[in-house]
This record gives sequence, C-alpha cells and structure tokens, in this order.
Amino acid sequence: MADKMDLLDVEVWDGNMAASQAFRQAQIDVVAAYPITPSTPVVENYAGFLADGYVDGEYVMVESEHAAMSGCVGAAAAGGRVATATSSQGFALMVEVLYQASGMRLPIVLEVVNRALAAPLNVNGDHSDMYLGRDSGWIQLDTFSPQEAYDLTLMAFKIGEDHNVRLPVMVHQDGFISSHTAQGVKTIDDDTAYNFLGEFQPFNAMLDFEKPASYGVQTEEDWHFEHKARQHNDLMTKVFPKIDEVFADFKKLTGREYRILEEYAMDDAEVAIVVMGTSVESTRIVCAELREQGIKAGVLGIRVLRPFPMEKIAAALSGVKAVATLDRSSPNGTVGMLFNEMSGVMINATERPIINNYIYGLGGRDLTIEHIRGIYGDLQENAKAGSLQQPLQQFIGLRGPKLSFY
Amino acid sequence: MSEIKKIKNLKEFSTSADRVVGANLLCPGCAHSIIVREVLNATNDDLVISASTGCLEVCTAVYPYTSWDASWIHIGFENSSTAVAGAEAMYQALKRKGRLLQPERTPKFVAFGGDGATYDIGFQWLSGCFERGHDMMYVTLDNEVYANTGGQASGATPLGSSTTTAPAGRVSYGKKRHKKDMMAIMAAHGAPYVAQVAPNKWKDMVKKIQTGFQTEGPVFINAMSACTTEWKFAPEDTIAISDLATDSLVFPLYEIIDGKEWNITYRPKNIIPVRDYLGAQGRFKHLFKKENEYLIEEWQKRIDSSWEYLQRREESRV
Repeated sequence: MADKMDLLDVEVWDGNMAASQAFRQAQIDVVAAYPITPSTPVVENYAGFLADGYVDGEYVMVESEHAAMSGCVGAAAAGGRVATATSSQGFALMVEVLYQASGMRLPIVLEVVNRALAAPLNVNGDHSDMYLGRDSGWIQLDTFSPQEAYDLTLMAFKIGEDHNVRLPVMVHQDGFISSHTAQGVKTIDDDTAYNFLGEFQPFNAMLDFEKPASYGVQTEEDWHFEHKARQHNDLMTKVFPKIDEVFADFKKLTGREYRILEEYAMDDAEVAIVVMGTSVESTRIVCAELREQGIKAGVLGIRVLRPFPMEKIAAALSGVKAVATLDRSSPNGTVGMLFNEMSGVMINATERPIINNYIYGLGGRDLTIEHIRGIYGDLQENAKAGSLQQPLQQFIGLRGPKLSFY
Repeated sequence: MSEIKKIKNLKEFSTSADRVVGANLLCPGCAHSIIVREVLNATNDDLVISASTGCLEVCTAVYPYTSWDASWIHIGFENSSTAVAGAEAMYQALKRKGRLLQPERTPKFVAFGGDGATYDIGFQWLSGCFERGHDMMYVTLDNEVYANTGGQASGATPLGSSTTTAPAGRVSYGKKRHKKDMMAIMAAHGAPYVAQVAPNKWKDMVKKIQTGFQTEGPVFINAMSACTTEWKFAPEDTIAISDLATDSLVFPLYEIIDGKEWNITYRPKNIIPVRDYLGAQGRFKHLFKKENEYLIEEWQKRIDSSWEYLQRREESRV
C-alpha cells in the first residue's frame, strides 16, 4: 500500500509537477516511460514518489519512447491503469504505437508536454507534436495552465477508462510556459482524487485466464474499414457525453468548471480569436481590455481537440463577423490546422464569418499582448469591410521581411 | 514456483491440450507451428503470449478468427518483447496490490519473434527488456530470412544464401556476411538462461523450455525454424532438413547459464559435412557452381571453428 501524501489546499506546482501528482493520485498500475525535455520532470517526480513509498505500481524505465508506449500497450491489454509522458521527438518516435493503442481500444493516459519538432532542434514549446497526433484515434485534451494540467490529467483516466469509451487520452500542456512555470494549484486530497476515478475496471484483460483474448489481430479489406469506422463513430458519439459528465462531476467535487469548448465573451462577439494552450490566457487578457473599450471581442479556447467539437464551434461562431485562427505549428505547405477545421465547420453556415490564419510561437517564440492586439485590429478591419483585408495567412513575431500568403 | 509438467513420451506430448490450434494459415511443413506447440505444451501454466509482426502473427490471428486459446497480443514488428514485458509489469503490479483476477494462477510470459524481429528491427526492445530483467521468455523463430514478406535478407541470413534483397546472380553469390551470434549477445546481457533449440530434437527442446520457465528473469531461446518456402525444400522434409542442420553442427544445440556455464546438449554421433546441409536447400544451390565452391569450404571452416569454440567455452566455465 502506497503512503498518502499530505497536500496543502494550494500547492506551488509547475505543470509537470501537477501532472506527476495527478499520476500519483490515480494510483496507476504501470508507468512505462522514457525521459525527454520538457516532460522529463513528470517521470522524474513520479520516480521520486516511488522511491519515497508514495507509489506502489510498477515503474518501467524503458530504453526509448517507442518502447514506453509499447510497454504501456502490453500493460493496458493485461488489464490495469496505465500512463506515461513525453514530448516532441519522443512523441514522434511513439507515433506507430499510438495508433496501435487506440486501435486496440486501450485507455492509456499520455501527458504530452508540447514541444517543437526538429529540424532545427528546439526544446521549447509549440504545438507541432500535438498536431502530429491528431489523426491517431486518441482523445486530445488541451490545458492552458498548471491547474488545468492537474485537473485534466486526473479526469483523463475517468474519461478514457469508461467502458463505453475505452480510448486512450492525451493531455496537452505547453512546454516550459506551463510545464516549468510554477503557479498556485488548488489540490484535491489523495483519497478524494482516487475515489473520483474509482478502481480500474478491466475489460477483456489478458490476465483474465478464464477468458483469453487476442489483441492486435490482422484485418484486411474485409474488416479493417469496419474497425476504423466503429472507432471513429465512438469518438464522435460517445466521448462528448462522457466528457460532459466527468466535467460536471468534477465541478461538483471542486467547484472548478471546464467545458468542451472554452468560450470567453463569445455571446455577442463580433470578432473572435480561436487559439489553444497557454496563449488562450493571453488572448483573454487582450479581449477583456477590448471589451472595456466597447469592442465586441471574444475568445474560443479549444479544450477538446479530438474529437473535434464541430457543433459547439458552429454555434459559438454563429453571428461572429471575423475570426482569426492561431496555429502554433508550421503548416508546411498549406493553411494551419485550426483554419482548416474552422472553415470546415462554418462552410455550410448561413452566415459565414471571414476567417484568416496566423502562424505564431514556433519553437517557443513569444506571442505578446501587442501581437494579439494587432490580430484583433485585423479582425475589426475585416468585420467592418465585410471582406478579408489582409493575406489569408500571416506569420506573427517573425524576424526579417513580413511573411504572408494567399 | 509452479510445478514442472511431466512429459513421458512423444505421443503424450504431441497430444497435450493445444493452446495454439492447427487451424492456421502457416505453410504446410512450416516449423513455426511445431516449435510454438512444443513451447506451449511444455507447461500447464497459463500463458500470456506476444508475437511480432511476421508469419506466426499473420497466420494465426486473422479477424474474426484466432488460433490462440491463450492470452495473446501483437503490436508491431519490433516490440513483442516489450509488449509481454508490459503485461508482466502489470501482473507484478496487480499481484502486489492484491487485484489479480485469479491470484492462484502462475502465468508465464512468452514473446515470439522471427529472426528479422529479433536480430534486426526489434533488437533494441529485446536488449532493453533483458537489461531490465523482466520475468519472461523470448523465443526467436529463426528461419534466417524475412519470410513473411517474401524472402528478404535479415541479420540472421547466413553467408551465400540467396534472398530477394541479396539474390545470387551473374556476379553475386548472395548474402556477403555471416549471421550475428545472437546467443552470445544475449548471454552477454547477463541473462540467466540462453539456449538454442531445434524442433527435431524435441526432448532437448522441452527440457530447455522447462528450464527456462523455471528460471526467474529473462530467458532467450533461439529456435531453428526450417522454412520450406524460403530455404526451398519439400514441405515433407522439414524434420529431415532440421536433422541435417543439427547433425552438421550448423545449428549446434547448447545452453548458456548465467553467461558463463556453457553446455553442449547434443553431440551428433556422426557429424555430417556442411555441404550435405547446404546441398539440400535451394537457397544455396548456386554455391555448388564451380566459381562458388570455395564458399562451401569457408562454411565448413567456420562451422568447425565455432564447434571448437563451443567446446572450449564448455570446458572453461568462465
């Protein structure tokens, strides 16, 4: 039996410690992990908890991220609670097994501390690893602060492990800006946190020898499509109700409210920015400032990237005149992912907003309050003119000649 | 520790309850199913089995069917070792936490991989598992070629073998390098038990598998799996070819305990020339051309020196 840890009501934690503490409180059965900046402290902290008797599960320090996810898949199929953490290149190395995990419907939790993908090599935060995972069949939850990293990591287990869902869950936080920035984090005591999740309920466990199961079998053109379609259908239909339920339970428990789409001042908004990660908070600051000036600004923070909450977004953007989509990943030859998603959501709406695209923050480049003011300025121009007044895609905070396209 | 299954004779052994059934898609004459049955039938304990992508996997678990009456998982080509290691870690965790569904059972954790999965693409994963000391057995189904994908050369493909990626041709005699010494590499990991087996020597094999199951920690088994399709011999000759392999000492049968105690477990009464082994297989046919004959001599020299080395290692006990 692992020892309990006495926590203050508010602890000063960075996002990594917040995630490690959520891991500890979830009483994970197997963590198979490999360290990589900036997620390394998640597994270091966890190893420290183990060394001090606060963890009684298995901690398998493997030789690569591919092996980390491979071990997680084997452990999860055996039947128990499983999690790990990674970033960037490590995430890229895991990609093969990410698809295996979701295809086998194994509810693994993966803390992704977002970081840029090389080349050039870069340890700082951007969303290119998060974007790399978006077709992998995982649920992707995005957090904007250490508090949210703590709360969402805990909730991820409850969402993914539900027998109607049975899907792996990524919890994203921004490298360094969230992972290494200490803030006051409101805590839940160990027993309450664990009881909120409940004991892991196995499903087709390999360790159930009365009912042997075969995992990861072959299907060709005769059955592969049905499996993928069913997985997609479950993502589209079963995940949102479960997330809503877990968010509601969590609010009852803690008073902290989360929503699938984090709408800020959107009710009567005429200009809105759609954004993810820690930049949501910066954008809200500028938005509040503009509201004081009487400008009808709003912010859409994407809390759930996969499955993508299309209906909620369509409703939120209804009546908005101009929308900026902010992508923190190099689109490498097209528009940013959020631009594509927003355009897809709004293309059949009767009143379509003017949508443009900004690429920002690659490799940890700052997105400043001044940049965001500028973007809202563009949106006001577009809203007033009723048409796009700038190139469709612009780069923010880039040295040298201003780059923009289309 | 669970009890060792008592096996009286081949008849009884071959009619043990099968946990991999004959309804599968393996080629007629494939040694894989013989080896896998010999491994599984060596114990009465429950099994958690993993398989790398390869012949065994694609031929035994094609949805909506499975040939496995045991817990089974396949993830990818490279990670059957880590898949079963993850399951073993879960077993240890649930045992400690008192949450095993059937706590009285003493399951064994077994990974199967082909030589491509073992010698090449999965080597890192295998090495990691052995360094960490999981209580598992890893069995290589060593047919010295990527057979599932149509006969490409692997790190286990021997000198002069013709494969689709290193074919014999007008100016080439096929594979230019000898195969890796995987037994020594795994013993060097500090594995408590490493053994080479062949399906034709079933008693030797069962003894080694049972020793492996009784051993705590990672066990490596290299199983010679004669491949009718890629070695190019008639399907009914699998065991005859296997006999040529063990009696020519191309596949010597031995074990390595704790990295230092080397035991030769089969000494052929009449050692046959390597030429006879090579000559029985289409993959070596071109070696019998005049310009390639020197390679047969090189083969014989290498096998002689390996046998000499094995005997010296057995004596030295270091």
